[in-house]
Amino acid sequence: MNRFLFGIFPYLCLAVFVVGHVWRYRYDKFGWTTRSSQLYEDRLLRIGSPLFHFGMLGVVGGHILGLLIPQKWTDAIGLSREAYHVLALVGGIPAGVAAVVGLAILVYRRRTTGPVFSATTTNDKVMYLVLGAVILLGIWNTIAGSLLSFGGHYNYRDGVSPWFRSIFEMRPDVDLMAAAPLGFKVHAVLAFLLFAMWPFTRLVHVFSAPIGYLNRPYIVYRSRDKQAAGGSRAPQRGWDKPELSSAPTKGKS
Amino acid sequence: MRVMAQMAMVMNLDKCIGCHTCSVTCKQAWTNRTGMEYVWFNNVETRPGLGYPRRYEDQEEWQGGWVRKPNGRLTLRAGGRVKKLLNIFSNPKMPSIDDYYEPWTYDYETLLNAPRQQQFPVARPMSLISGKPMNVTWSANWDDDLGGATQYGPKDVMLKGIEDKVKFEFEQTFMFYLPRICEHCLNPSCAASCPSGAIYKRAEDGIVLVDQEKCRGWRMCISGCPYKKIYFNHKTGKAEKCTFCYPRIEVGIPTVCSETCVGRLRYIGLMLYDADAVLDAASVENEHDLYAAQRGVFLDPEDPQVRRAAEQAGIPGDWIEAARRSPVKRLILDYQVALPLHPEYRTMPMVWYIPPLSPVVDVIKDTGHDAEDQANLFAAIDTLRIPVEYLANLFTAGDVAPVNGVLKKLAAMRSFMRDINLGRDPNEEIAEAVGMTAESMYEMFRLLAIAKYADRYVIPTAHVEQAHALEELATDCPVSEYGGGQSAAFGEGSGTGGLTPVAVENLRVLKEAQTADSLDDLPVENPLRGRLNLLNWDGKGMPDGIFPGDKTGTPK
Ligand code: SF4
Ligand code: SF4
Repeated sequence: MNRFLFGIFPYLCLAVFVVGHVWRYRYDKFGWTTRSSQLYEDRLLRIGSPLFHFGMLGVVGGHILGLLIPQKWTDAIGLSREAYHVLALVGGIPAGVAAVVGLAILVYRRRTTGPVFSATTTNDKVMYLVLGAVILLGIWNTIAGSLLSFGGHYNYRDGVSPWFRSIFEMRPDVDLMAAAPLGFKVHAVLAFLLFAMWPFTRLVHVFSAPIGYLNRPYIVYRSRDKQAAGGSRAPQRGWDKPELSSAPTKGKS
Repeated sequence: MRVMAQMAMVMNLDKCIGCHTCSVTCKQAWTNRTGMEYVWFNNVETRPGLGYPRRYEDQEEWQGGWVRKPNGRLTLRAGGRVKKLLNIFSNPKMPSIDDYYEPWTYDYETLLNAPRQQQFPVARPMSLISGKPMNVTWSANWDDDLGGATQYGPKDVMLKGIEDKVKFEFEQTFMFYLPRICEHCLNPSCAASCPSGAIYKRAEDGIVLVDQEKCRGWRMCISGCPYKKIYFNHKTGKAEKCTFCYPRIEVGIPTVCSETCVGRLRYIGLMLYDADAVLDAASVENEHDLYAAQRGVFLDPEDPQVRRAAEQAGIPGDWIEAARRSPVKRLILDYQVALPLHPEYRTMPMVWYIPPLSPVVDVIKDTGHDAEDQANLFAAIDTLRIPVEYLANLFTAGDVAPVNGVLKKLAAMRSFMRDINLGRDPNEEIAEAVGMTAESMYEMFRLLAIAKYADRYVIPTAHVEQAHALEELATDCPVSEYGGGQSAAFGEGSGTGGLTPVAVENLRVLKEAQTADSLDDLPVENPLRGRLNLLNWDGKGMPDGIFPGDKTGTPK
């Protein structure tokens, strides 16, 4: 079981992640968007969205540091393990809290604002579920594993991190994960599941982060005779049926 | 000098009757889809009034367009690139659906399914946003024809500085219509605000378009455009805007709004301009100089040097010829009667307006004086601070002098033409009083009053004939099937559709039919020859049997 979950499953997910993105980009450039719902609701979004997104940027940054940089390196520059730990918590906790609070606001908003809720597809719901689970488990691991030391202290930089790197070295060290606490195991598996879902959800917008804006000229000129590239949408036809709640209820809505 | 060509429009506001035909035909052609219910690429506002979306002209609030920094450089009013990116997760200045209106339909099903009952069944309004029943409290044109002006009128942003003077009592107020489309600016702040670089200005004809495949839904253009002429499709999550009907323009026929305009008040033609001069012109210090500065960017196609430079810049010969005949150029440069809308936004808009003389004429008429007498008109223009100042707030950043000048030309034309119509000798002095010759005044009259289709629209065809593939987009028959019959796995409109559009006729065929004298004169290969399509019948041709016969049974 461990062998599959931590030795094979990650590869499957990563393969789907890469191939899926290539496929989606080639066949669905039109659907590649943030699908913003700001037009429907503004007040909660103005608070929740920046909290969540900036929090997530911090969390992702923290993961890159924690997972990719071997402990040996930080040791080598004379950063003691305790100091690293404090540093990680000082940076990680606020980011994590911001992301969770932001997510809570956004989920609340999605559920309670009628138009936003009706614009939420099943695809979105499943994705939010997995994303929410991954984030909450991550927070739990931090609190339980490092802060309060439930069931003994676990140093993920001795376990999860080398395993994660071993995946990319093409010789996954399954035993490292087998020894990890359950919280970390589930977090890792769900995170890979999220990677597999990524190309098929609205999460693709992450890869549109418009960094190029910083150094392109303000006004873009383009010549007309550019042929439509692959992934273009063919002209659509047909009238759309308005989605009305079937039985109009009495009284004001 | 870098010569570029720009497709531009002028509207003669005196002739707008506020019928909204332009808005409706545009909507039928382009925005008759879910997610776009509230979108009006063309809208007609009653002024004084709030406009659409409400109070869009209040840039203190919406932060659209450009501002000049103390060091003389332009920057987006909403902040530079870094600030834009930091705000990317939620746009602080995005109008909400309430600033437009909540679109609705009616629950017609109740009418059809109602059982026998005492009371007549009612189709209640249902929101197209939430799908629930709603109360209609606002729409795109709630204050049409000064409806509710006592309540809404004072909130008009353009009353700044003259608030206490504009009266909204029925007898004392004035009113005119302002049809608006995207300005296809020379210095578009929408494009500058787009983080993805999805909004571009076409190098050939200056039409500003959103690349639907590059748009990622960051919404910065919506707040960046000071005219609020970019709309967010709330189903597909992409920005959409007026396309200047480019598939039609490419085959040489005017935009839908122009074609269908009841007042025939729209003019379309090319302007040549110096692209290198745009930024400097948009950055002049005094807002009052912006109108003149923008006029200074335009190049005169009569100048052989300009023509040579245009050729070198790759502008085809027939385009240069079209620029010489352009009605827009005549109104903007030769007669100088057209003014830009809100030059103070510094986007260098390219849909210009001939301000209406009618509010002035109405005042004179009401006082019982001769409203076609030049002296009366001139005196009124000079003394009537309202509406002249109001017009100046719209068209010249508040500078009354150019508005006065234009109104006097229109007034002079009115008196000048009266003499001719009454069979008197034309009075050259009237023309000279406004710096024109009798001949040019007469030509201007012809262009403004009785110009033919071919004179109002001088549109050279596109050279890479790609239009054919594009033209089907809007002209195909939309009644095929609910939902278009395609799946959209990742949200509205995603995925590649595989449908081949079937058009009743294409735009090229339409153009031939539009410009022929009779359908029988069309070339043999034109499918409309000797036939007609009832869906867009324009009165040309009268085939047998189209009207029922007389009593004897013989068809007329
Ligand atoms: S008016 Fe049109 S071109 Fe100008 S900024 Fe707005 S959307 Fe862009
Ligand atoms: S169709 Fe012409 S006359 Fe009618 S509202 Fe539009 S611009 Fe005015």
